[in-house]
Amino acid sequence: MSVNFENEPMMDIYIFETNQMLDQLEQAIISSEKQGGFSAENISEIFRFMHTIKGSSAMMLFNTIETVAHTVEDVFYFIREQKPEQLDYSGISDLGLECVDFIKIEVEKITNKNEPDGDAETLIETLKIFLDGMKAKFDGAEIKDKPETTKAKQYYIPQEKNPAISLSACYHALVFFQDDCMMENIRAYTLVLGLMDMVEEIYFSPADIADNPETAIEIREMGFEVYMKSDVGYEMIKAYFDKCIFADRLSVREVDEKALKAFQKELKVAKPAMPQASLIDLSAEKNSKFASNEVTRKPNGSNGNGANGQAMISVNVDKLDKLMNLVGELVISESMVTQSPDVENIESENFHKASLELHKITEELQDMVMAIRMVSLSNTFMKMNRIVRDMCKKLNKEIVMEFIGEQTEVDKNIIEHISDPLMHVIRNSIDHGIEDEDERLAKGKDKVGHIILEAKNMGSDVLIIVKDDGQGLSKEKIIEKAKKNGILEKSEEELTDREIYKLILLPGFSTNEAITEYSGRGVGMDVVVKNLESIGGVVLVESEPNRGTTITMKIPLTLAIVEGMNISVGRSRYTIPITTISESFRPQAGDCFRDPDNNEMVMIRGKCYPILRLHEHYKIKNGQTDLSKGILIMVEQDEKRICIFADELLGQQQVVVKSLPHYVTSTKKIIGLAGCTLLADGSISLIMDIGGLTGLRLQ
Amino acid sequence: MNNEAVNIFDEEIDQKGQYLTFLLEDEAYGIWIGYVTEIIGILPYMEVPELPDYIRGIINLRGRIIPIMDMRLRFCKNFVDYNERTCIIVTDIEADTVGLIVDSVSEVVSIADDNIIDKPMMSTGISNQFVKNIGKVGDEVKLLLDCEKVLMHNEFEKTLNEDQYGRKIE
Repeated sequence: MSVNFENEPMMDIYIFETNQMLDQLEQAIISSEKQGGFSAENISEIFRFMHTIKGSSAMMLFNTIETVAHTVEDVFYFIREQKPEQLDYSGISDLGLECVDFIKIEVEKITNKNEPDGDAETLIETLKIFLDGMKAKFDGAEIKDKPETTKAKQYYIPQEKNPAISLSACYHALVFFQDDCMMENIRAYTLVLGLMDMVEEIYFSPADIADNPETAIEIREMGFEVYMKSDVGYEMIKAYFDKCIFADRLSVREVDEKALKAFQKELKVAKPAMPQASLIDLSAEKNSKFASNEVTRKPNGSNGNGANGQAMISVNVDKLDKLMNLVGELVISESMVTQSPDVENIESENFHKASLELHKITEELQDMVMAIRMVSLSNTFMKMNRIVRDMCKKLNKEIVMEFIGEQTEVDKNIIEHISDPLMHVIRNSIDHGIEDEDERLAKGKDKVGHIILEAKNMGSDVLIIVKDDGQGLSKEKIIEKAKKNGILEKSEEELTDREIYKLILLPGFSTNEAITEYSGRGVGMDVVVKNLESIGGVVLVESEPNRGTTITMKIPLTLAIVEGMNISVGRSRYTIPITTISESFRPQAGDCFRDPDNNEMVMIRGKCYPILRLHEHYKIKNGQTDLSKGILIMVEQDEKRICIFADELLGQQQVVVKSLPHYVTSTKKIIGLAGCTLLADGSISLIMDIGGLTGLRLQ
Repeated sequence: MNNEAVNIFDEEIDQKGQYLTFLLEDEAYGIWIGYVTEIIGILPYMEVPELPDYIRGIINLRGRIIPIMDMRLRFCKNFVDYNERTCIIVTDIEADTVGLIVDSVSEVVSIADDNIIDKPMMSTGISNQFVKNIGKVGDEVKLLLDCEKVLMHNEFEKTLNEDQYGRKIE
C-alpha cells in the first residue's frame, strides 16, 4: 500500500499534530519517571495521547504506527484500570520512550515523503511480553468489568464478567473537594466523564459544570451531587469515587430508583454529550506553555485554548515570510518617499507632520511583524531533557539540568538551527565534562552533576549559555592534540587561555582517546560552529579546571533588519552594522605607519590597530587614498579590532538586509560582504560582514 | 514563470523558434525568447568587488537586486562606455536572474529549425563556447547564444580569459 502524498491534505495536519503529541508524551513520561511514579493523571494523559495517535494513524492508513500505539494503549489501560502495586517504572518509561522514538522515526519518514516501513515486530512483542508479565503478577485480584455501554470503544483486553453483579442499581454520591483545590467544576466534570463507562444513566447537579465557572463556587459550598444507575456494583462505584483526586469528603450510597427519578425530574437534564475537546481542558494549562508561542505549519485551523483565556491561531509560516518581505519593502519605500530630496524642499508643515506620523507607524508595523515570528526557547530546552535522561542512564551518572530564562524569544528561523548545536554541547558536557560519581565525591563536589541552561537577551543578541560544574577543559591535552594535528599556529607560550579553548572548535578536534557512542569523532564542536555561523552566531568557550566549562552561543536577534552606518568609498556605498562600530575618527598623518611586513597600522591612545583600506582591498577606483583626508572607522568582532578606511560617513539608517543575488554568491564567496540593501535614494549599498574582515588579519 | 509564457504563446506562435536579436559591436546575436523577462535601458549599478570584470555589479530593479553582465567583456571585446542605446536584457536562466548589457536590441525574429545550422569549428576558441548554433534570417546570420554556458564560470575558461589590458580575469 503506497500512500499518495500529493492528494493528502490531511497529511500536514497529521504530521503536525502527531509530532506535537509525541513531544508532550515524551515530556509526560520523563516527568513521571522523575517523580518516581505514574499518577493517575499521567496515566490518563499518556493513554489519551496514544489513543489519539492510534486513531489518526489508522485513519491515514499507517498501520504499523497504529498497532504500536494500540499496544502501548493496552499496557496503559491495564495500568489505569487495575493499578498493579509494583510497577517497574523505569521499565515502563523505557518502553514508552522506545515506542515514542519508533513513531517519531516513522513520522519523519512520512514527512520526507518516504514510506513508513519500519518493522515494529520486536517492539510489539516486547510490549506484549511486558503486559503479560504485569497481568501475571496481578492475577487473582479483582478484574474490572467492561460493561455493555453504547460507546463504541474497542479495547482488546479480555473481559471477565463478574457474575455477582447482574442487576442495575441506583446510587447517590455527594462529593466535597479540598478547600483550595480550585476549578472544582472541571474536577467534577472529569469525575462524571470517568463514570460514563460504568453507568447507564447519570444525572448531576450543578449541571452546567462544563461551561460555567461559577458552578465551582456552588460545588465548594454545597458539594457536587451525582445520581446514577449502574450495574457495576456498589464496590466499583465507591472505589471510583474514592480514588477521586482532591476529594475531601464524600458519601456514596445506594438508593432506590424512585429517588433517582425524582432527582431527574428536578434537573430535567438528560445524559449530556461529552465532547472530546473538553478532556483537553485540564491538560491545556500545562501544554499551553508549549503551544502558546509556537507558530507552525497548520493551514488556518482555529485552535482555541479556552481554559487559559488566550485565543490562539495557527498560521502558515509561508504567509509570515511573505508578510515580512512586504513589510521590508514598505520600510524601504517609506524612506525613499520621506527622505527623497524633493520632499525635503516642501515647505508645508502639515506634510512634514504627516510624514513623521507615517514613519512612526511604519516602524511600529515592522516591530510588530518581527515580534510575530518570535518563538520562545522553552520548547527547545524541554527537548534537552530527554537527552540528559538517556545519557545519564547509559553512562550511569546523575545529572540535574536547570533552565533559566527559557521564555526568552528568538526568531523562528533561529530555533531550527539551535536545537542541534545545543544537543551537541549538552552531550559534551555530560560525556566529557561531568565526572563519575566517585570522582566527584573524591573532589569534594556534589554527587549530582549540574548543568545550567540559560538564555538571555543582550543588546541585539541572544545568548544561550550551557554551564556545567564538571572537570573543565584541560589546556595541556588541547595543546597536545593541536600539536599532533599540526594545527598549532603560534607557539605554546603565546596562546592565551581563551585561544587555547577556542581550538576545540576546529574540525577534527577531540581530546578523547577512544570514540564513544556519543563523542570522540571530533566532529561535534565544528558542527556547532558551522550551524551557528549560518545564522550569524558565534561560539565562546570558557573554562576553569575542576570547576566546570561554560559554552556561550551568541546569536543575533534578527537577521533581517540591521542598524547600519552608511559609508562611501569612491562611487561605491557600504553599510557597516552599528553594533560593530566602536568609534570613528580622522587620523593624523603621524599616527599611521607601516610595520616591517608593510602592514599599515594606526596608533590610538597607546594601542595599535591594523588598517584595512577598502579602496585597496576591494580595488575601488576613485577612492580617497590620503589617510588624513578620509575617515577611519574602528570596528570590533570576536574581540578583534581593525580600522576600516573609507572616504566619508554618510549617515545612520535602519536597513533591510537582502541577500546578494544567487548568481553572485555562486560565482564567488566574497569575504567581508554579508548582503546588500537599498538606500533611501534607491541606490544599492553593500552590507559588510565585519567578522569576515577581522578574520583576514590574524594578529 | 517562463513556462506559463510558453504555454500561452504555443497556441498562436511556436515560441521555440523565437529569438531576440541584439548587437555587440557589429555582430548580431540571438537569444531564445523563453529566457527573456524584460528589456530595460541602462540603469545605475553598484560595483561588487572581487567578481570577474564582465560582471559589472548589481542593479535595483523595482526592489529586486539583479546582477548585470557586460556581454562585450564576456566575449572578450573591448569595453565601450554606455550610452542611451545601451540596453539590459533581463533573463531568467536556470533559477538565476541576470541582466545582460548589450549595445542595442534589434527585434524578435522567427527562425525555423531548418534555418538553424551548426556552428563551424572556428579557430578562436573563446566566444565559440557561448554560441550554440547559427541562425539564418534572410541574408543575415545571427549567432545564437548558449545561455547556460554564458552564465557558467569554470576554471578552464577563466585561465583562457584575459581582458584587453592583459590582466587575468579571475
